[in-house]
Order: sequence, then structure tokens, then C-alpha cells
Amino acid sequence: MQNINSNKLILISLIILSFIGIYLGCKSSKDVVSGDVAQAVYVAPGTYDEFYLFTSGGFNGQVGVYGLPSGRHFKTISVFSQNPETGYGYSEETRPMLMTSYGFVPWDDAHHPELSMTDGVPDGRFLFINANNTPRVAKIDLKTFETTEIIEIPNSAGNHASPFVTENTEYIVASTRFSVPVPNADVPISSYKENFKGTISFIALDPKTEKMNLAFQIIVPGFNYDLAHAGKGPSKDWAFFTSYNTEQANTLLEINASKNDKDFVAAVNWRLAEKYVKEGKAKKMSAEYYHNIYDEKKHMAVSEVKKEVLVLDPKDCPGMIYYLPTPKSPHGVDVDPTGEYIVAGGKLATVIPVHSFSKMLKAIEEKQFDGEVNGIPILKYEAVVAGEVQNPGLGPLHTEFDGKGYAYTSCFVSSEIVKWKLGTWEVVDRIPTYYSIGHLCIPGGDSKKPWGKYVVALNKITKDRYLPTGPELTQSAQLIDISGEKMRLLLDFPTVGEPHYAQAIPAEILMKNSAKIYKIEENNHPYKANGEKEAKVERKGNDVHVYMTAIRSHFAPDNIEGIKVGDNVYFHVTNLEQDWDIPHGFTIKGSNNAEILIMPGQTKTLLWKPTKPGIYPFYCTDFCSALHQEMQGYVRVSPANSNVALSYYTGSSSK
Amino acid sequence: MKSKILLLTILVSSLIFLSSCGGEKKETPETQNQTAQVGADLTEFELENGIGPVKEKLELGPIDPKLVKRGEEIWNQKCVACHKLDERYVGPAQRDVIKRRTPEFIMNMILNPEEMEKRHPVTKQLVAEYLTVMTNQNLTMEDARAVLEFFRKVAEETPTNKNK
Repeated sequence: MQNINSNKLILISLIILSFIGIYLGCKSSKDVVSGDVAQAVYVAPGTYDEFYLFTSGGFNGQVGVYGLPSGRHFKTISVFSQNPETGYGYSEETRPMLMTSYGFVPWDDAHHPELSMTDGVPDGRFLFINANNTPRVAKIDLKTFETTEIIEIPNSAGNHASPFVTENTEYIVASTRFSVPVPNADVPISSYKENFKGTISFIALDPKTEKMNLAFQIIVPGFNYDLAHAGKGPSKDWAFFTSYNTEQANTLLEINASKNDKDFVAAVNWRLAEKYVKEGKAKKMSAEYYHNIYDEKKHMAVSEVKKEVLVLDPKDCPGMIYYLPTPKSPHGVDVDPTGEYIVAGGKLATVIPVHSFSKMLKAIEEKQFDGEVNGIPILKYEAVVAGEVQNPGLGPLHTEFDGKGYAYTSCFVSSEIVKWKLGTWEVVDRIPTYYSIGHLCIPGGDSKKPWGKYVVALNKITKDRYLPTGPELTQSAQLIDISGEKMRLLLDFPTVGEPHYAQAIPAEILMKNSAKIYKIEENNHPYKANGEKEAKVERKGNDVHVYMTAIRSHFAPDNIEGIKVGDNVYFHVTNLEQDWDIPHGFTIKGSNNAEILIMPGQTKTLLWKPTKPGIYPFYCTDFCSALHQEMQGYVRVSPANSNVALSYYTGSSSK
Repeated sequence: MKSKILLLTILVSSLIFLSSCGGEKKETPETQNQTAQVGADLTEFELENGIGPVKEKLELGPIDPKLVKRGEEIWNQKCVACHKLDERYVGPAQRDVIKRRTPEFIMNMILNPEEMEKRHPVTKQLVAEYLTVMTNQNLTMEDARAVLEFFRKVAEETPTNKNK
């Protein structure tokens, strides 16, 4: 109550202030907002947001789609986790998407969304995202906002430094946060230093087919590889990976992996690695991993099992990889728009170290080495560092850029964003965040040409920011204006799951390509019913295939008899609509599966295994018309040995 | 209450700063004058021939069997879920549609049902009677012309009691 009153007071004082026409912040115990923030985030009814924001779902395994500046949530894209709401991972067509060498994996931990790029600028074709737990990378098609490809990463554990892309999306990177024996083996955990290795993987995106392929892996020392970014401009042939636990601890890492003053940023010349692969320097290694592709014409996913991978050993590949010493247990590694500065977020460091790409090349040329690890030269810190940002804040994690010469770094421990100048390394502004910011996002902030305008703080802890909802609270994002000299808080908005990172892109780039329907003429699903005349039921042994159609507001067939206990009933439902935003839902009483939500022109399949005789209603679950309630039907289930004949109809039983 | 104050803030601020909030307001059917009688804003042509991409009378010529065949395919894929030739189903029976409406009206209804349902008095009345809107099945102009040809053909045939 008190809270509401204080908000009212703030608002009333705002009105008075705007009358006087002077700028004045209203300090409450909470935060600072200034006169026209409401206008800055208000998107009037019927008008559109300026940017799409894609947030990772973290432990929900999905991707959230929001608008900026409003913070409105538009969609949750199903990626690594089953979604009973749409049938993703439940329907016969999408189950293969979640197949791995460990069998069917219905969940994952999705961390970093990354937009595909052309010439270092997000192009709006695809969004990639990594699965951290059972290592995978997914590709989301931004015409349909659906996951269309998932590739598993063998010889990996904790695919965290992923899926950052090179300047023209030649490669998508992946590497091991948790080192493991390569190939995996039954060894004592205490033999870590001897047996455990890391891998850095490069997934190629075929420019013609736009399909992913695991091109090669580099075997590296058994550290924890945490985050990555590809270079750009002068550094475009390189990719950079942070590592921690260079101590190679295998227990109580909290203490044991925080001992060294410096860990490493690994600099990988992928162009040279590619050349070494072409020259035959890579060894073929057997490894089982799945590659799942969703065919948008057949409306179904197919899994291919791959059997081998090409592996490069740095010992055989001089000049391919170097270590840049970096204080201390660095998390983010971020390359500025010019491609010259490599900013590392040393989460336990008191400074933000910034490496120089040109100094690094010079140091390599002059062999300014400070020893080596497993054939990987370590460059001298003084020879590669461009500067250090002093007193940035506590726990610097991740940096993005505004394209105007400034960098913005999130500081987890001190809960703030610091703005600092590239080149002089001075801190010019800071703003508190609520609370415990992880990553941050500026539209285009990791690209060659940031759009700037906003920074979104992705906070880990919410506490008292919203109405309480018991022990579990939503995560909280904050929108901050960066168009002026001083950062200005505009808006708090809740997010689903736990966004570890987000990327934003101007709406106009995606809107014009967004699909409205699937053309029914192009639907090549083998069980498609091409119009109501083709609606039918066929029995093949215990398998019963129902070719069903859905249109406002009835199913065909809607009465089915002759189903028996023990049958596998496949409802292949084709949505005959060709109208935007008219999906139909389908489910049946007692279904041990999810529902399916079928888009216009699409065919989806729900498998149902009736266990008891009786009458079972099915119905449309997505409100579609004035007669939506009437969109229903019945299935009669008879005992296994019954001789009730198979029959089906819509409208009259004399079919 | 809070939202009222917020709106007031926005209103006052926008007066002071003379800036728009949230971009240009687009003219939508909702914002147009709705008190006018349905159809009052239509031309004579539109009243008779519907609203949509067909804006002038068509030259039909003799019935083209190839076009009829194509029209029947489309009819079977996209129309029969709601229409039968000789009985009322989800929508009206269609064997005589060519006798009830002009060819141009039929094509506009196929190609632009949403606007027809909002603005044309005939269609508005049909929606009130059938309570299901005609769906836009995304036909091209050529597709709609083929369906029209199919209607011209079936109008010459004897009605059957079987669902076609």
C-alpha cells in the first residue's frame, strides 16, 4: 500500500515538474527516473516496437522474444525443451529434434542467442543458441521463429563458449566449459591433469544450403573455456575464447580455480586452422553425434547420426593458437566494433584488461613469449595489453559497445553498469542495476555497427522489484537509455526463464520477412490430407492412421469407430486454413502426450495409445471462431478382441 | 487510479514537449466513422460487385474446360471443408452462386473476405446468418478466376443429393 502511495507521489510530482519544465530526478529509496521515461517506453496501441529482443531462456531451454522499448513479451521459441503448449518435442514430427547420442533429451540449459551476420552486421536470417548441458547448437529460422536445426557437439561437456559467429557466419564456435577425457573414458577423477582435455569446435554454415556441419575441433589443455567472440575487420580471421581454472582443479573450484593471478584468453586463427584441415593435418576421430534437421516442406524433423569428427592438435599446427594472459578467471571476451580491442571481463579482477589485436600480431612476430602449454605459446601480458580500465566496479563480466567509442561493462558484485571510453580507458558514467546483473545487451552491441540507443541489463536477482509470487520470482531485465552522455533508467520488465544473454535487432529487418502461413500447396507431409475429401482412417495392424483436417469450425472425420485398446492411433491433423494467426489445436481425453498446435497449412501428428474401452472426445484447444466450442469429435474405443468395424464420417454416417 | 495518473502524465508531458508518444497513429477501420450505415461509403460498382482487387467488369467468354479442372482442384483442397454444392453446410450451398451474385462479386468475396465482412452489407448479413466468417484461403487472382469457372460449369449441371 505504502509502495503504491509513494509511486503516486512520484507521478504527481512528475506532472508538476513537467509543467515547470525543468529536469529533476525523483530519488526514492529505489531508483532514479526522470521526467519523460513513460513517453520513452510507451508504444501506443496498434503501433510497433522499434527492436526485437531475443533473450536466452537459461534453465527453460528456450528463447524469449520481446519488443523494445516496451518490454512486451511476444513469443517463447521452443528450442531444447519440450513444450506441451505447441507439441514441440511431443509430436511425432518434432521428437527427432531432441535426439542425441544419449537418446531423447527433453530439456537443456540455453545460454547465448547470437544473430547470424553478414559483413559483421546482424542480417536477420538466423538466431543461434547453445545448449550447455548436453552440448548442442541450435539454429532458429527468423522467417518462422521456429527451431529448424540442432547439431550435437561430441568431445565436449558444458558447451558454454558458444554459439558466437564469425563476420560472415562462416563458422559458429563451440567449446568446453567442463573439460573431460577425449574420447570420454572411465578414469579416476583425480587423474584430471593427466587425462582431461578441452575442445574448441568450429561449426561451418554452408553458404548455399544454410545447414550446419561440424567442420573441425581443436584439442586444447583441460581448462574451463567460458565465453567467446569472433574478431572483425582486421581481426576477422580470429576467434577469442576466455578460460578459467588454468589451475586444473577438479574439486572445490570456488577456491581451487581462483588461485592464479592470470588465466588465459585463447586466440585462434580459424582461417589458418581451416587451411591446416585442407592440408590434411587433422586426424579423423570416431565420435557419435546427432544432426537433426526440420524440413519446412515435409513439416518434420529427421535425425542423422554422424560417426566421426576431424581433430587438430596445436602441436602439429604452428601459428594457429596463442594464449593471452588475462586477470583473473575472465568471463566475457568482447571485440570492439573496429576489431582492434579485445575486452576481457576478469570476474575476480580489479581492472578490466583490454588486449590489442595489432600488439598481439607484433608480439607473435617478435616471439614475445612467456613459456607455453601443450605446444600453445603464451604471449607476454605487457606485450599484448592495450590498457586497463581502473576501478571499473566489482565482478566485471561482459562488455558491449555503442559504436560511438564507448564500452559498457556489467559488474555483477557491485550491481552496476559502467560506461568507459575506448582508448583512454576512463570510466565516464555508471548506473546501478537491480540486482546482480549478469550479461547486458546493446542492439548490435557485439557487431561492427551497433545501433546503440539502449542497453538492456539482464539481472540475476529480483527480490523486491515486483509483486511477490512466493519463493520463485521472475527474472528482471532493465532498459537503460544510452543515447545521451548519462545513462538513464527507463523500464523494468520481467523475463521468462533466466536470460544469460540477449541480442536485439531493428524490427524492420525481420518484420518484412516474417511468414504468415505455410502454403498448403507446398506441404509435402506424407500424411497430409489435401482437403476434406482426403480425410480418412487407415488401419495397418495395430497402427491406425487418421488423416484429419481442421478448419473453422470442425474436424473431418469427427466420428471414428473401430479403434481398439492396444492400438497406436496417429492423428495426423492438417490445418486447411490459409489465413494468418489461425492455428487450430488438437487433443483427446486421457492423452498421455501433449496437445498439438497446428499452424495454417501445416500437418502435425499426435500419437495416442488408448488403454480402456469407451467414448473419447477430442476438440480444438485454440479459440478459432464463434463456433469454436462446437469444434469437437468422438472416438469409440472397443476392447482389443472386439469386431467393431473401422468407420468414420463427418456430418452423416452414410459416407 | 495509478494508470489514470500515468495517462495524465503522458498527456501533460506530451503537451509540454509537443512530441508524439509511440509513433504515428495509423488509420484503422476501428478509428473510422462507424455510425454511418453499412455500405453507405460504397460505390454503385462495389455494392453490386463487391470490394476487392476486381474493380471492373470481367470479359468471361465461353467456359474453358482446363480452367474448370484447375478450379475443381482448388475447390476440393480449399473450399469443401465449408461449402457443398447442393446443401447448406458451414457456409451456403454454392451450385447456384453464379445465379445469385455477379462473377466479380464472387471473386472479390474469395480474394478479400475480411474487408467484405466488415464493409459490404450483403456479406455482413451472411455472417450474421451463418455465424462463421469466410476464411481467406490465400488464393491468387488466377486461382479465384479458376474457381469462378468451376462455378459457371456446375451451375449448368443437375443438382445431386450426394455431397460432391
